[in-house]
Amino acid sequence: MNSLILRTTTMLLITILLLFSVFLLLRGHDLPGGGFIGGLTAAAAVALYVLAFGAEAANGMVRVRPRALLGVGLTAAVSAGLIAVLFGTPFLTGHWLIFDLPGSAEVKLSTVLLFDVGVYLVVVGTVLTMLFALEGQ
Amino acid sequence: MLIAVLVGFAVALVAPLATQRLGDRAGWWLALLPAGLFAWYLTYLPAVAAGGSVSEATAWVPRLGVTLAMRMDGLSLLMALIVSGIGVAIVIYAGGYLKGDATLPRFYLILLGFMAAMLGLVTSDDLISLFVFWELTSITSYFLVGFKHQYADSRASALQALLVTAGGGLAMLAGFLMIVAITGSTSISGLIADPAPLLASPLLPAVIVLVAIGAFTKSAQFPFHFWLPNAMAAPTPVSAYLHSATMVKAGVYLLARLAPVFAAEPLWVWLLSLIGAATVVVAAGLALLRRDSKALLAYSTVVALATMVMLIGLGGEYAGAAAMVYLLAHALYKAPLFMVAGSVDHEAGSRDVTALRGLGRAMPFTWATALLAGVSAAGLPPLFGFVAKELAIEALLDTRAWLLVPLIGSGAVLLLIAVLVAWRPFAGREITAPKAVHEAPLSMLIGPLVLASAGVVLGFAPYLVGDALLVPAAAAVIGAPYAFDLYLWHGLTPALGLSALTVALGVFLTWRWRALHDALRARMGGSRFGPAGVYQRLIDGLVPFAQAFTRRVQPDDLRTHLTVITAVAVLATGLTGLVKGSLSLGVAHQPGYFYEYMVMAVVVAAALAAVRAHRRLPAITALGVLGFGIAIVFVFFAAPDLAITQFLVETLIVIIVALVLMRLPRHSLREEDNRAVRAVAGTVAALGGLLITSLTLAVTAGPLDARLSDFFAAESYPSALGRNIVNVILVDFRAIDTLGEITVLVVAAVGVYALLLRRDTSRDPDGVEPPRGSATSDGGDA
Repeated sequence: MNSLILRTTTMLLITILLLFSVFLLLRGHDLPGGGFIGGLTAAAAVALYVLAFGAEAANGMVRVRPRALLGVGLTAAVSAGLIAVLFGTPFLTGHWLIFDLPGSAEVKLSTVLLFDVGVYLVVVGTVLTMLFALEGQ
Repeated sequence: MLIAVLVGFAVALVAPLATQRLGDRAGWWLALLPAGLFAWYLTYLPAVAAGGSVSEATAWVPRLGVTLAMRMDGLSLLMALIVSGIGVAIVIYAGGYLKGDATLPRFYLILLGFMAAMLGLVTSDDLISLFVFWELTSITSYFLVGFKHQYADSRASALQALLVTAGGGLAMLAGFLMIVAITGSTSISGLIADPAPLLASPLLPAVIVLVAIGAFTKSAQFPFHFWLPNAMAAPTPVSAYLHSATMVKAGVYLLARLAPVFAAEPLWVWLLSLIGAATVVVAAGLALLRRDSKALLAYSTVVALATMVMLIGLGGEYAGAAAMVYLLAHALYKAPLFMVAGSVDHEAGSRDVTALRGLGRAMPFTWATALLAGVSAAGLPPLFGFVAKELAIEALLDTRAWLLVPLIGSGAVLLLIAVLVAWRPFAGREITAPKAVHEAPLSMLIGPLVLASAGVVLGFAPYLVGDALLVPAAAAVIGAPYAFDLYLWHGLTPALGLSALTVALGVFLTWRWRALHDALRARMGGSRFGPAGVYQRLIDGLVPFAQAFTRRVQPDDLRTHLTVITAVAVLATGLTGLVKGSLSLGVAHQPGYFYEYMVMAVVVAAALAAVRAHRRLPAITALGVLGFGIAIVFVFFAAPDLAITQFLVETLIVIIVALVLMRLPRHSLREEDNRAVRAVAGTVAALGGLLITSLTLAVTAGPLDARLSDFFAAESYPSALGRNIVNVILVDFRAIDTLGEITVLVVAAVGVYALLLRRDTSRDPDGVEPPRGSATSDGGDA
């Protein structure tokens, strides 16, 4: 699709969309969002890029092979489960590290977040694998 | 005891590396494992000889009450010593037999893995762990039978052995699960101590038959006997180890183990003794058709196993004792005979007993071994095989004398086989063989010679193993302590007379063998009849049936797939719903807001547009609009996560499908379809919609069970530190479901990737596969 308007808007939107996908991922535990939704948003952003610039350019922008994302994502999710086992709790039990920041803010790191990151990566990897396989010939 | 099994598996894992490092000496070093295990098992001898047993338990799946319980009593110890002791001979022998073979490392991996599994099997005191070890031996046997996998014969035999034994194992598992359901325990010793609940259960006949099927398939009893002769496709060390001395005895072991429980049941007694007797007759008869030394030995193994099954089925003190003595005697003579047959094959180039003469001149030590083992196999004094046979005859005289007919007849055939394998190829002045003959190396001599000599020693001095090992083993079969003495010379008893009769028959049979053999072969040779034919027809029919079925319900075009899937779902769910009366189409009218009606109107309009569209792109776009409409409904009813997901999925579907469509030639949907196809698709779709509507109405008609949602709402923050319940459920409460789902996603992505790669290769002019699937112009309005 050779459209100047689409290309220009895509260039503007892509960064925002990708950042927004990470935002959705991170806020997911307390507000609408999460790994699935974040991953789909990121995948939709790349799909937009594919429509505007073609699969090859998109492939170059993503830099990693989507198939690698599948492996990394699944590994992250399983590791999140195994960390719980290391603590002597059942597989996939959540473990949390909470840091208090000045001004009543706090940062919560957890195996649950790691798990959600894994979900995010698998979703992005799946959609992009299909997308690039369809387009890249 | 568990530790011994684990050590076995551990050594098996490093065996390939060790074999590569050690080269030709690997066999000698690896034999240290079975030798060490043998010595270790011997330390249990004092406790067991005193009539006791040793137990240990490690929790395995505590929630299901499955423990890795191990127990060492006389029966287990006898089997463990046979498995590890003969293992020493086999491991050394295999080093010579497969010398220089590039596959030797892999061979040791599987062989030692089998040994560990077999040791686990005979020392398990838990039905479930016994089953696991049981199937492990079937699987390792599969790999070993198919070891020469470049030959189609080997592969077919391996598959046959696996399907028969693992299939029987599944029947056995069903029987075990019934036992567990009835008694509430998986413990074997517990079952033997208190069988009353099981014996009182109406399911008892089913349990007996299922467990017996497991044992019969494993121990190659009629009508499952056919896999064992075919399993001779395995390298000879495997035949000697798995298919004569150890694995095929697992069935006998299981029957012996459970004999105290079922001994008083007529079904058990008749099933075992009749199947045993039938197997004896069938196998002895089929043996007359064969002239391949390994096939002959395989049939004689089947006869021996059947004799043990018969004895165990008969029950009683004599029979129990006889079965155990027979078990040991058979292991001690049959393994060396197999190894001798393998050495002859290796050094003289043939297993056809009619093609070999005079080998004794070139292979004196092999011949000596063959004679020692052969005399024992023939049941002649003064060897241990004679002691065992006398005891079996006495046991039958004591209980059901008519079963002596098959026993004596088969005894004659066993003598014939012993002569054919251990005498005929070696005797004679002139050497006749396909290649230059020389003596087998030390590694292939020492193991069989030691085992065969043990038969001699025990023939003269059976008391060496009698009180310490065989009496406790028999006690486990009989269910009560029973002291007996073993003698070579019983005096002039009826049993001795019957023994003499057997020998006379055997000598006569040997004298007339060639004529009988040729006549039988001319009449029945080569035809596949009986159970083996049934098996073959099943296998031959299964694949074409599966192909035809798959072609019908999953042909190349996606539309038929979807139609079939939807139709099956509608029929299965709909019929269940109708029968149970749980479907409802009653609409309780609730007033809605006007914007809800607007969205509904958009959804309906989009659906109509999709159906009426002439081209693909508008149809897909209309479906996208429909999906967005549904997502807006989610927004109305406060399900933001669901709505966002639906929006994103709809967007991506439209993009991906649009990308696919851009590659397809323009076609009018109407032109492709005839009326009949559209009518079927329309009906199925309408029924599907009707079913979902009715289910939704039925579900919402009743009061909502809020226990789960209340729990999640209450526990979300306190237990999982999250305020978004949907996400907390996904990543914490039900994270294992999510893990399953993302695994499915990965598999699907890899599948799509592989399919699309395949499409590219299928365009290759050299490619065998024709272009197919939605990539072609006729296939897809995806």
